[in-house]
Amino acid sequence: MLRAEGVVVSYGRQRVLGGVGIEVSPGQVTGLAGPSGCGKSTLARVLAMLLKPAAGRLTVDGVDVRRWRHRVPRELRGQVALIFQQPRLAVDPRFTLLDVIAEPLRAAHRSIEHARELAEEMGLTPELLSRRPHEVSDGQLQRACVARSLTLRPRYVICDEMTTMLDASTQAHLVARLEAYRLESGAGVLAITHDDELLIRWTGPSGGSIRHLSEMAPAA
Amino acid sequence: MKPPRLRVEGLSVRFHLPGATVRAVTDAHFEVRRGQCLALVGESGCGKSVMAHALMGLLPGNASVVGAAWLESGDTPPVNLIAAPEKVLARTVRGRRIGLVPQSPATHLTPVRTARAQLTEALHELGNPDHADTLAERAGLRPSDLDRYPHQLSGGMAQRVVNAIALAGDPWLIIADEPTSGLDRPLVEATMTELRRLADDGRAVLLITHDLRAAQQVADHVAVMYASRILSLEPAADFFTGPRHPYAAGLLDALPSRRFAAIPGQPPELTDLPEGCAFRPRCARATDDCGRLPLPPLGDNRVACHHPLESHVAR
Repeated sequence: MLRAEGVVVSYGRQRVLGGVGIEVSPGQVTGLAGPSGCGKSTLARVLAMLLKPAAGRLTVDGVDVRRWRHRVPRELRGQVALIFQQPRLAVDPRFTLLDVIAEPLRAAHRSIEHARELAEEMGLTPELLSRRPHEVSDGQLQRACVARSLTLRPRYVICDEMTTMLDASTQAHLVARLEAYRLESGAGVLAITHDDELLIRWTGPSGGSIRHLSEMAPAA
Repeated sequence: MKPPRLRVEGLSVRFHLPGATVRAVTDAHFEVRRGQCLALVGESGCGKSVMAHALMGLLPGNASVVGAAWLESGDTPPVNLIAAPEKVLARTVRGRRIGLVPQSPATHLTPVRTARAQLTEALHELGNPDHADTLAERAGLRPSDLDRYPHQLSGGMAQRVVNAIALAGDPWLIIADEPTSGLDRPLVEATMTELRRLADDGRAVLLITHDLRAAQQVADHVAVMYASRILSLEPAADFFTGPRHPYAAGLLDALPSRRFAAIPGQPPELTDLPEGCAFRPRCARATDDCGRLPLPPLGDNRVACHHPLESHVAR
């Protein structure tokens, strides 16, 4: 279980999350909905250990997260993966697509062969892997980001508006790939999107619940 | 006097790069009339934004364009947007006959000036004597909203501000290039309602989007673009109930509210388009003909396919 309790985050004087909790169960797709600007992405960053909350608690399979961002211990760091809304802002423009996908493996001092397999499963050809982000479409770049998120076989995958920028067919492909990973690995997925039809379809097969952030946040 | 319309005839755009040519738009034919909304749908990288830029005369210097895009305003001789000099486009077309609703209001507006300052500037530059408040009210804003800075506006209000600026010169053609990317569903619906209202007021609207649900809300006609070509152009009611092009059918099938099944494979590179139909490698209906014969032109049957689906088949 990936569990957040009483999470409080403020940007300056603006309180974004006022004591929010959420649970992501292994093997299930949990949905998270809410209007623009309600703090969904902020909560995603806390769950991925990229943002230290002002108050509250985050546990990954019962292990307390005490250090954040680059100070997260290596054994915890690979457990939670985050896929962002805008792939162009989520990759280093100097990297080739292969470097993008292999980056977590290099950081963990592992062989990068696995990266090529993942790329192939995502439908990225060897020719595409030698290109840089500005030479590929948004859809191809997001495929690389999904492959990157799976390289260290995370226990939890957080998808923050992963397909908002993409056409219907690419959206269906990426969701199907994550569903295949969930079924094969038993990982938990948090699907964050304001597209209600997508949420119902995505959470349905695993029987996961859909939470609405505006309902979860107690008055700040 | 003929009714105003935009008539695009055989428009092609190529970008010449060292060692490669990008075929971004190939032989596009369509028209948009007053009171109508045409949605141009397709995945990212299929050339639909390049089309919008070509119509506005905003392509970079390495582009070569052939064909014509006639802007027939009714009161003046038609202007060919492709061949017209920059002076003509700047002084008589952009802002005055064509208004652009941009991709992201948040980045289109200057953060350091109020909405009023930006709208007033547009009115002044375009020689419109109307007061900013009048335009704001027409766009569904309170006059006091204009005194805010962009960061103080909600997404929906910022959208209305850029709509008001797009309308400052009273253009009759609106080009909206992905106006909803990154907006949540209620905002998408509000934006589409605004566009529909503009069409109902007697303007022509060209909506460029990858969001089929948004297109369904406003479009009278839907053009599907794939690998630089318009593959089908059908009335919206026909498109959403029984599309005739296999690619259009595949896109609709991929919607979460339908089969949620991806089209196998990926689109070809625009630098390396195959002979014949570019969708052939991904198409279940493809035969050898599709690779050899040139693609049939969009004719009366409004679909560029050798083996189109029967119309109005229960799916």
